[in-house]
Amino acid sequence: MSNRIKSGGIWRNIGFGLSVFALVSPAILVFLWMISLSLKNELDNTAYPPVFIPNPPTFANYIEVFEKNNFLLYFWNSLLVTGGAVLIGLLVGVPAGYGIARSKAYRTAVMILIARMTPALSYLIPLFLLFQIVGLIGSIWALLITHLVITVPIIVWVMIGYFEGIPQELEDAAYVDGATLWQSFRYIALPLARPGMMVGAILAFIFSWNNFVFSVVLGGKNSRTLPSAVYNSLTFEQISWGPLAAAALLVTLPVILMTIAAQREIVAGLSAGGLKD
Amino acid sequence: MTDKALPATEPTHAGGTHLAPRRYFLFALPALLLMAAVIISPWLFTLVMSVMEFKVGGAINFVGLGNFTKLASDSRFLESVGRTFWFTVLAVVFPIGLGTAAAVVFHRQFPFRGLLRTIFIMPMMATPVAVALVWTMMFHPQLGVLNYLLSLIGLAPFAWVYDPNTVIITLVLVEVWHWTPLVMLIVLGGMAALPTDPYDSATIDGASDWQMFRFITLPLILPYIMVAVVIRTIDALKVFDTIFVITQGGPGTASETLNIFLYLQAFQFYNLGYASAVVMVFFVIIVALSLLLLYMRQRLKWNAA
Repeated sequence: MSNRIKSGGIWRNIGFGLSVFALVSPAILVFLWMISLSLKNELDNTAYPPVFIPNPPTFANYIEVFEKNNFLLYFWNSLLVTGGAVLIGLLVGVPAGYGIARSKAYRTAVMILIARMTPALSYLIPLFLLFQIVGLIGSIWALLITHLVITVPIIVWVMIGYFEGIPQELEDAAYVDGATLWQSFRYIALPLARPGMMVGAILAFIFSWNNFVFSVVLGGKNSRTLPSAVYNSLTFEQISWGPLAAAALLVTLPVILMTIAAQREIVAGLSAGGLKD
Repeated sequence: MTDKALPATEPTHAGGTHLAPRRYFLFALPALLLMAAVIISPWLFTLVMSVMEFKVGGAINFVGLGNFTKLASDSRFLESVGRTFWFTVLAVVFPIGLGTAAAVVFHRQFPFRGLLRTIFIMPMMATPVAVALVWTMMFHPQLGVLNYLLSLIGLAPFAWVYDPNTVIITLVLVEVWHWTPLVMLIVLGGMAALPTDPYDSATIDGASDWQMFRFITLPLILPYIMVAVVIRTIDALKVFDTIFVITQGGPGTASETLNIFLYLQAFQFYNLGYASAVVMVFFVIIVALSLLLLYMRQRLKWNAA
């Protein structure tokens, strides 16, 4: 198949270029507009026709976000919840991926898939009651535990794919030399699966960071994660457009930067390892 | 997954060291126990709750199938089910079509492909709530940038999410923006494994690009497209964040999907028993649809073979 654009057909090249442009422009437009709103004063933000380029750009909106809201507290909450859930997810998910891949217990893997299919709200009713009974409502712990519902399945799923790609023969040789099952996992399979762990951790981090509904239901005034904190500041304080856009941008900035830095791993994880056929 | 479960019954790694699969299973135990604790036990609890009448702060009464018969005659619920199906059809068809087209484009080599692909997948990584807030501002009927852009090309202002007739299609637009990249990545993963021979012979036979796509590429990537359809269907049925942030189910109940209805029953009205019954119905719908799609995918595979 000709993977390269055939030389010659200049109209074909232009047509192809236009289709690429059409594909990426919706993403570019929304993000640029977000940046534009966040850098303009309220007068420009509510002007008609809209002002596209901030002139001069102002950082007042960002300053307001940090001054008027407990932004740093919520950022820290998000970091604790997501970081904790990803760490625990790796701790139990990596061995699980290994066990499932090596014992070929794919029925177990299907169970994990069901976890992905179930609407998050359906765990929330019992968990809400449970956390209320044990007094964890409004604590970071309630959120961290619930976020495991997101991180563990993603990591297990990615790791199954990675461990399957590591030839059994390497480990068989170790067994001949008298290694135990644990040693073979710890010293042979695990080091080889490091790229897989990166992919799993990155994807788990992004989807956990972005989660909204868990914090809406279980988060207290001081234990909210960023997405629900920003949503709440919108509804309760009638915040204006500029600071809101600035806050929105700050919420999504960590995952956007991560996407840019790790785009290769993310593409690999989502197109092959993460969603194996 | 289903086709992988079959070889598991065959003798594994014949000739090599035989280690009982059971021992490997110990590795999976912590994760399984954890999942049982946070997923399966809440689930059983919900099952029990669904036959109870329980309002937070009130008494718990056994009502049998009462919640379900009540649901069957709750027009607000039935409308939300219909709306969810309509939303799902649109939010599957458009991303699948666009995502497949995008995969064809990104499968080629061209300058800045890596950078442009990163930009293209950014919407699916961005925090849905953050983006939904920006969409809300863009949909503003008087001050929104979208109506201004429409006016530039001579079109009348659109009501976007402020009219019951246009709210669903507008929310579908946001969903398409968010999740087309995921479809693209899945299909692109499938295209990476395409053989080159059929294209070489087709080129010799003078086939056009469209013919090559229609008769070689499409049949080969169809299994991957079906995977994308299944994932997209599940996600579209469960959509919550964007609708909750942009419209909260409004205007009126015009964009109240199943998940929004469920949220309101459970955490706004605190009818936890009734909401648990909704969860049951919801789960049956999701599983039934997924099985139907997986079955269709299996059939397609046989036809292709």
